[in-house]
Amino acid sequence: MSSRRIFARPARFAAIAPYLWMMLFFLVPFAFVLKISLSQTAIAQPPYDPVFDLTAGWDALKTAFAALSIDNFRLLVSDDIYVFAYLRSLTVAVTATALLLLIGYPIAYGMARLPKSWQAVAMVLVIVPFWTSFLIRIYAWINILQHDGLLNQILLALHLVSQPVVWLSTDSAMYIGIVYSYLPFMILPLYATLAKMEPALEEAAGDLGAPPWQVFWLVTFPLSLPGVGAGVLLCFIPIVGEFVIPDLLAGSNSLMIGQTLWLEFFTNKDWPVASAAAIVLLMVLLLPLLLYERLQKRQLEQGH
Amino acid sequence: MRKALRLSRFNIASLALGLAFLYLPILILVIYSFNASRLVTVWGGWSLRWYHEFFNDRAMIDAAWMSLRVAVSSATIATLLGTLAAVALSRGERFRGRTLFSGMLYAPLVMPEVITGLSLLLLFVALNAERGFWTVTIAHTTLTMCFVAVVVQSRLGSLDRSLEEAAMDLGCDPVRAFLSVTLPLIAPAIIAGWMLAFTLSLDDLVIASFTTGPGSATLPIRIYSEVRLGVKPEINAICTLVIALIAVVIVIASLASKLSSSQGESAAPL
Repeated sequence: MSSRRIFARPARFAAIAPYLWMMLFFLVPFAFVLKISLSQTAIAQPPYDPVFDLTAGWDALKTAFAALSIDNFRLLVSDDIYVFAYLRSLTVAVTATALLLLIGYPIAYGMARLPKSWQAVAMVLVIVPFWTSFLIRIYAWINILQHDGLLNQILLALHLVSQPVVWLSTDSAMYIGIVYSYLPFMILPLYATLAKMEPALEEAAGDLGAPPWQVFWLVTFPLSLPGVGAGVLLCFIPIVGEFVIPDLLAGSNSLMIGQTLWLEFFTNKDWPVASAAAIVLLMVLLLPLLLYERLQKRQLEQGH
Repeated sequence: MRKALRLSRFNIASLALGLAFLYLPILILVIYSFNASRLVTVWGGWSLRWYHEFFNDRAMIDAAWMSLRVAVSSATIATLLGTLAAVALSRGERFRGRTLFSGMLYAPLVMPEVITGLSLLLLFVALNAERGFWTVTIAHTTLTMCFVAVVVQSRLGSLDRSLEEAAMDLGCDPVRAFLSVTLPLIAPAIIAGWMLAFTLSLDDLVIASFTTGPGSATLPIRIYSEVRLGVKPEINAICTLVIALIAVVIVIASLASKLSSSQGESAAPL
């Protein structure tokens, strides 16, 4: 037996503890979300009905099952608030991801063209803001965008506007916040593929007479598609469920689904509806999630 | 041979603008934390007044202490579990339930936090667990161990496996070979993983809001409830302190990885 195979056996045992942990704290909780999404709202603590009582035996379990209802899901489909919230989440996520790609690509491209030693520095510079708190970064923008904030002061001083512009509680503020927070997630995968690209390919296209835009569009961009895919998924999926940024920067007249879920849970104390909203959100994200998993797996397990 | 292509003016401009966009807001926030004026927008000279205010704010201090304790304990457990998971995935070859395992590890990286938070809370309620320090710690461990696993796994993947195989050919048993050859080589990634888990936990608002109980708010929860009411210079001061703490953490992480990875390629912080 090769030493690689001998090494593999104890390595497999290393999986036991994290496996059990993730089963208990990641997988099993979804069963509870599903169960409670099928329960009735009740004014109680915890605020739902029926409660499974495994000690009560099989008959009690059957009655509990009989009491399950899909009312919460019916509510989600019939009430405009929820339908609009899902649609708005998807629209915001698509728009923001497109903006991120548009802004992130030139930066990643610039990084990949730096001399090798500078590339490492640039990478650290892009990663560091990701380490500083998310909430703090949103708060920094509230400082800048408020009524008498820096942005309005600059615009007034340059006589670009005659009176302060309302930035906070608008979609523009929300998009600024999202782009700002997710930019490193878009740049890094793009940079990773662009940096690995063989520069001779672009040179050859140029030598054969292609103008720069054609070199980019016919050679560089198609070759960077795996990075584009990774960056898009890495941004799109969490943005759909985003809560903090729209809550602090966007107006309150149209909510994203993460906000409705939060509201149902914390303000209305309607746990069953919040759970049903989470299940629907999960189903909406299932396809992008599976794509992302495949990509991540390929990158970590075969890519070396 | 990879040779550098010439940098166009467009490349330089997009890099400069991109970095300015990433750093200016944070810089402005830090500068205004030293503003003597109560009005956030009027510059009233340098002052440490808001830091003083923060250190006299009992509720904020309690929340900061709670956050630090949660961050240290969850990062430590997460580093242990995440490293084990990474070893199993990159050295365990094929085993039963492997696809499910890797699926469970990669999904939380992008899963919207409202879903993770809600599902964990429902579990804790069903288990009748008292919500507070431990429930938040468990929740943060679940999220951050996945990040640790990815960081360590990518380091293990780029490692020359013939090194540990040589140790075994020379008579080491697998555990010994792992401890004396593999572990020192992946140590920088493990340290980076701990730091990442620590900062992610310190930063989290959504999952902590779901899983904490009354009376044990974390720092982001306190900051969030203040920020909703508007900009306050004291918040700028707290944010600056958090940024300083994280900066120290990053410096230690990069020094540690530089010290112990001089023999291999350096571990990326992410």
